[in-house]
Amino acid sequence: MPLNRKIAYIDLSTGKIEIKPIPLKIRKLFLGGRGLDAYLLYNHTEKGADPLGPKNVLLVSAGLLDGTLASATSRTHVMAKSPLTGLLGSANMGGFFGPELSWAGFHHLVITGKAEKPVYIWIHNGEIEIRDAAFLWGKTVTETQWAIRKELDDDDIKAAVIGQAGENLVRYANVMTGIKNSAGRTGMGCVMGSKNLKAIAARGTMDIKIAYPKDALEYDIRFMTQIKSAKVNQTQGTLGTPFIWGATNSWGGIRTRNFQYNQCEYADDIEPERFDEIAEETMGPYHMASCFGCQVHCRAKYRIPSGPYAGRYDEGPEYTSQGAFGGEPDIKDAVSVLTANHLVDQWGVDNLEIGSIISWAMELYELGILTDKETDGLDLTFGNADAMLEMIRRICFREGWLGNVLADGGIQASEQIGKNSFAYLIQVKGMNNLHSDERATPALALNVATSSRGSDHLRSRPAIDLYHLPEDVLRKIYSSPVPYDGPLSSEHTSYVGKAWEVFWQENCYMGVDCLGICKYHTTFLGATLPNFEDWSKVIYYNTGLELSAKEIWDIAERCNNLERLFNLREGLTRNDLKKGDMLNHRYFDEPCLRGAPEVVGVTIDRKKFKKMIDEFYEYHGWDENGVPTPETLKRLGLDKEPSGLI
Amino acid sequence: MAKVLMVNYEKCTGCRLCELVCSVVHEGVSNPFRSRIKIMKWESEGLYIPMSCQQCEDAPCMNVCPVKAISRDEKLNMVMVDYNVCIGCRMCVTACPFGAMSFDSVGKKVIKCDLCDGDPQCVRFCETKALEYVEADQVSVRKKRDAAHRLSVAEKEGAALQANVV
Repeated sequence: MPLNRKIAYIDLSTGKIEIKPIPLKIRKLFLGGRGLDAYLLYNHTEKGADPLGPKNVLLVSAGLLDGTLASATSRTHVMAKSPLTGLLGSANMGGFFGPELSWAGFHHLVITGKAEKPVYIWIHNGEIEIRDAAFLWGKTVTETQWAIRKELDDDDIKAAVIGQAGENLVRYANVMTGIKNSAGRTGMGCVMGSKNLKAIAARGTMDIKIAYPKDALEYDIRFMTQIKSAKVNQTQGTLGTPFIWGATNSWGGIRTRNFQYNQCEYADDIEPERFDEIAEETMGPYHMASCFGCQVHCRAKYRIPSGPYAGRYDEGPEYTSQGAFGGEPDIKDAVSVLTANHLVDQWGVDNLEIGSIISWAMELYELGILTDKETDGLDLTFGNADAMLEMIRRICFREGWLGNVLADGGIQASEQIGKNSFAYLIQVKGMNNLHSDERATPALALNVATSSRGSDHLRSRPAIDLYHLPEDVLRKIYSSPVPYDGPLSSEHTSYVGKAWEVFWQENCYMGVDCLGICKYHTTFLGATLPNFEDWSKVIYYNTGLELSAKEIWDIAERCNNLERLFNLREGLTRNDLKKGDMLNHRYFDEPCLRGAPEVVGVTIDRKKFKKMIDEFYEYHGWDENGVPTPETLKRLGLDKEPSGLI
Repeated sequence: MAKVLMVNYEKCTGCRLCELVCSVVHEGVSNPFRSRIKIMKWESEGLYIPMSCQQCEDAPCMNVCPVKAISRDEKLNMVMVDYNVCIGCRMCVTACPFGAMSFDSVGKKVIKCDLCDGDPQCVRFCETKALEYVEADQVSVRKKRDAAHRLSVAEKEGAALQANVV
């Protein structure tokens, strides 16, 4: 049963390992994955803990349904206090590690302390061992995984590892598995590096008993049909996530040259079709790959067609790389994007963060805030692909003054660089924004401003808000499983009803993150995809646990509030530009210069934005400062946190 | 004519849903180790190849079985194990040139693909049709057509190239 997967407490300082069952009561409160991680983080991390110190708790988990028949149950979650933001650190990845961890008998790992020398954790059919990793130190993401397989003589081992960026404590280093699957935000790889933990390897052949096999199989077929029938997933299965670029760039939703423009012009070479062409030329007509159990197969396989890394194999690029290495630094050449994508995959660093930070540095260079003195002679002009690739290397290996400074993240770098540099940094809560430009989309701006792990598009983004869906369709989606009779608007430039959409999506995404299901299998990019009602069924058929759609919603809300409590404990205040639910002033002050007629000239309206946040807090049962009221905590059963149940 | 399980490995996206479905159908559990089909992967080359029983005509597993527990079902064109006779000696595991006969150490028996009695569930769940269940005489015809198509494309390209040179 998924419900009998265990939790292990691993102290790297002492080498002590303790294995315990996860009580059913805990499952009913937090399900698993990200939700239970949030509970563990709040309960096991001391207030003000040093993110890079031995007291920071690193949580690695598989979702409740990982490895079962609920379609794309592949996800692994990683959580800790973030060395990038000083707030919630939280990242999620696909691939095959989560299911393997589950077949090895575990769902949750609570890792504390710091190993004296490099180690890796080996998890095999209910047993856990801490092993020497001297032979792995200095290796890339893929080299590390293949070396572990060789040492343990088993090609089926799956590992979550760090590359050189994690070893070098780049504050936005990834935890990664496979070729490119990345728990890639908030610097969870940096936390692993700080603990001298190079990898967690898992291999399991233990049964996960399915509660009702026949029903689980038949419901999965239904699930798959629903998922495949969504046009958005068919397109994604052909072009990968870059398909989003085409439409978004045409109406003016891609930030370019850091934040100077909202559309990347004359950029045919980094359009999705161009990447597809390269994948086809280098890998053949069938060049899409999947994570565990997934029918969407959104990951393209490619070889770099030319340049110094010609012939190297990789996967992607994702939409994030397209923006981070294409749009933002204004580099309109596919080979450079593919090369940058390969370097970050190998060295294990967040593509989104590093691309965005380099683009910020390019703007500072253009303004004269950074000069050749700080860049050690590197010409950081927008559009200079070689400079971007070199800067990626310097950051990952902390070389040169600027490489070392930028490796500490935007806010810390802005304090080192000084002058007016912070004003140009496009971040929220210390984490840089995706390359999407939210000035014309208030719902997305609210999502970015309030996301629990700092600026982010995967925590509460109502992406379907861009589709101009009829109001009755929106109402059908957004008034279940809890009633909503307030206003809704089909217009993406409107502020009406958006706070509710963001609130609803926040709970929806927490739901999939608890279960270990990919967001492409829920109401994210497609309006017709499964959510709460369907999860109630898959949970029952696979685990036997009876939970209504409303109960799953309540669990999600409970877990989201735990993340909020953690952030508040670490210093979040509403309007703090560095630690609050607030956007960079450019969102309010600089109008969009390009794109569709209704987009040109638009900014986020300060007053309406404030009102939207007020509404958003109200739906949560938070006060005007964004703090959960005592009644809300009581309603969610969080009035005695930290409660130390597990 | 009986059908066969046809593998179009280049269409495989490596998702391993077939392994999951196979173990749930046969054992009621999720456990790829107990699946009759397995995706062999070369991840650093993006190459995934589903491996399952070839249902050999002159099957080494059948020939080597000391108690004649393995026989051919001509109706389904399939090699099958009679568990009432099988002694679990694993000679078949040793003899199979494809590794398609496995020993399930949990269930304590040898396991192999039984085509789900004529309705292979791995095929039903394979979205990209990397696995298909087709009439035996169709397998090579399809491959011939694909190969001929490649040839025709190559000839057209060759002709175009020549035209350019002239």
